[in-house]
Amino acid sequence: MPLVKNGKIATDIYVHVADGAEIPADGAILVTAARFLEDSEALLQRPGKVGVIWPNNRDLDDLVPYLDRLAAVALVFPSFRDGRAYSQARLLRERYRFNGELRATGQVLRDQFVFMLRAGFDALDVKKEKDADAFAETVKRYTVFYQPTGDGRATALSRRTQLRHSESASP
Amino acid sequence: MTSPLEQKKIRITGPSVVTANRTHDGVVIYRTPQHGWSSRLADAAIVRTSDDARALLAEAVADDVGAIGSYIAPVEIKDNGEIAPGNLREHIRSEGLTIELPVPA
Amino acid sequence: MYAYDELDRTLLHERVEEFRDQVKRRLSGELTEDEFKILRLQNGVYLQLHAYMFRVAIPYGTLSSKQLRALAYVARRYDRGYGHFTTRQNIQFNWIKLAELPDALADLAEVGIHAMQTSGNNMRNVTSDQWAGVAPSEVEDPRIWSELLRQHTTLHPEFSFLPRKFKIAITASDHDRAAIRIHDIGLRLHKNADGETGFEVLVGGGLGRTPFIGKTIKPFVHGRDILSYVEAILRVYNQYGRRDNIYKARIKILVHELGIEKFGKEVEEEWQLLRDSALTLDDAAIEEVRSRFSYPAYEKLPHMPDELKQAAHDPLFERWRKNSVFPHKAQGYSIVTLSLKPVGGPPGDATAEQMDVIADLADRYSFGEIRVGHEQNLALPHVAKRDLPALWKALDKVGLATPNVNLVSDIIACPGLDYCSLANARSIPIAQELTRRFANHDTAGLIGRLHINISGCINACGHHHVGHIGILGVEKNGEEFYQITIGGRADESAALGTLIGPSVPYAEVADVVEDIVEAYLALRDSPDELFIDTVKRLGVEPFRERVYATR
Repeated sequence: MPLVKNGKIATDIYVHVADGAEIPADGAILVTAARFLEDSEALLQRPGKVGVIWPNNRDLDDLVPYLDRLAAVALVFPSFRDGRAYSQARLLRERYRFNGELRATGQVLRDQFVFMLRAGFDALDVKKEKDADAFAETVKRYTVFYQPTGDGRATALSRRTQLRHSESASP
Repeated sequence: MTSPLEQKKIRITGPSVVTANRTHDGVVIYRTPQHGWSSRLADAAIVRTSDDARALLAEAVADDVGAIGSYIAPVEIKDNGEIAPGNLREHIRSEGLTIELPVPA
Repeated sequence: MYAYDELDRTLLHERVEEFRDQVKRRLSGELTEDEFKILRLQNGVYLQLHAYMFRVAIPYGTLSSKQLRALAYVARRYDRGYGHFTTRQNIQFNWIKLAELPDALADLAEVGIHAMQTSGNNMRNVTSDQWAGVAPSEVEDPRIWSELLRQHTTLHPEFSFLPRKFKIAITASDHDRAAIRIHDIGLRLHKNADGETGFEVLVGGGLGRTPFIGKTIKPFVHGRDILSYVEAILRVYNQYGRRDNIYKARIKILVHELGIEKFGKEVEEEWQLLRDSALTLDDAAIEEVRSRFSYPAYEKLPHMPDELKQAAHDPLFERWRKNSVFPHKAQGYSIVTLSLKPVGGPPGDATAEQMDVIADLADRYSFGEIRVGHEQNLALPHVAKRDLPALWKALDKVGLATPNVNLVSDIIACPGLDYCSLANARSIPIAQELTRRFANHDTAGLIGRLHINISGCINACGHHHVGHIGILGVEKNGEEFYQITIGGRADESAALGTLIGPSVPYAEVADVVEDIVEAYLALRDSPDELFIDTVKRLGVEPFRERVYATR
């Protein structure tokens, strides 16, 4: 499953540690929410980055207190038809100002890339090799966006009002 | 989506066919004994046991590129050997609408 | 009319190209049907019994003559020469080939029409009053807000994979022609005590297996806050709406299970955190959208022109005028409803030829504008009264002047088992038989306003729950049976109908409906008492007794 990070195919530096498996002494790790909450302080104090896989049916409230010490949050699309993680992503980015890696995992397919980027994901665990290869051309598909989200792209409405403003300002 | 094979135990109570719609244009099609598809019910492979129905459906479902939504449908075999649709829905799929189209074909 | 600008057009073309690529990947086998299904649904493409069905959006029911001609072209070029107008201001084509769909979409995009989100579990076409902008005593044109919402809900990055479909309707009149109370979100535009424009927001309405009338979640949301408030509702729904059971996934179930107060509290909390954000509409943004709606330059015309006085001698014209012509906000003008319910015809269908004629008539008599209503009829919204006689003659020539608007043969019906893969029973032939039974316009006039709604299955596309008489097709041992309800309504006093008795077989439906109508004629306290009012006054029982006494 190729990882696309900041627009490029990248090596995953995180070791996925299964529940019950031993935690490596150092290096970046990705653990489940249950594992993390069980022993958060110890995990955060060990050398190496910590990322948490947060399920899409769990409130973010339990995660929020740790956000500034987490290097990554992985949200889950058990099916590409289940859109709960889009809301979680926007909340993490836009409300809780999470600046670490926000990763989409699960059924991550080409035709949802643009939505994911707009919702604030910057790392995608892409399911199919071919989709990962097509990343660059896929995310160029759209140049017009109607909704303001945390990704900062100008909306159609703001472009229009700006245009109108500049028109009326010119002689 | 669960595959039609897993949806429920396949049990047929009479002669049946496997039908679907053709992917590129949506036309109603029937699985044939030659492991292909035909738009004519008369060409359909007839199965009479649940095992045969399951096998024919499995073969149809495997053709995900060519056909959509394969399922088992009942048919009636007339005395002259003609195959007729087994219920109103299949009758409409096979013979067309029960009303006149707004623009005659 | 709303005029698309370069940005809207660019987005449409980008969408068409994306879909072209998706179709290509599907036909090559790169995408499985399971993966492709959601993508095609997001573009309004269903698979029906005989073929693919293609549903095109007509946002808030407004079409230009150019757009209607493009729909006629698509009907001819890619389909079988006709289209079907639905109860949600969409048009459906029944015989489209998947391989040709991208071309059809590209042709429609040329005139600013799209099929985005006309199906699938996302925010559907935003609908409104088909008389928006021309109805007398309207608060203001609700289409400004409909268009703001249309844009906001189009390809929304957070809400394109909701638990289930999501429908928004807007009205700005006291009389609700947009059926807002049976929508996931219903918006009623009104002014508060300070004269500011805003919305009463209703939530959780919907029909289907478990019908509910929408409940007020907030009596007044200021116009500038409407996007953030809708966003708050959707965010709560996206996170907490049920995804374990398709029949319990609509927002109405969440609202029902939590109760409107608890649900309202969740939304309020979310909204307080969202409201002061980029979603707030400033005056410039609202003005920007408003400025791209153009309105006709009405002439100063007499209330009663000579042409109308002369034509009044023709009883056929007069019958049509009294039935199909409605008051307009501008003096000397009328709104004209075009019945798509000819005797013996399938409700809501129009041929490509009819569409072209209507487009020409719209150019000549209605400033090039056409409207589509949820009753599956069309309207010409700005007809000078002096032109009514000429318009009537032209409409009559192509079968579009049936004087049955709002009468018993103005039936709303879904496509039913003749087309639809979900249906249990046929709808169209039932409607056709009923229009034949009530073909006599004098009798129909005597009966007065009476809405019959027919659905071929519990999904209720024909809105049977809110028909004055509702007919629902079910299957019993392989046979078509129909449950009949009375007393439903879809307007500002929306109510669900009550079952009148045991279901009846296909062949008896028209007889039962005739008996119900006869019972009404006997039971009403005066010729002015409408069917729906008689049912309300007396309840179902006296109808049940009369209709089922001999059955």
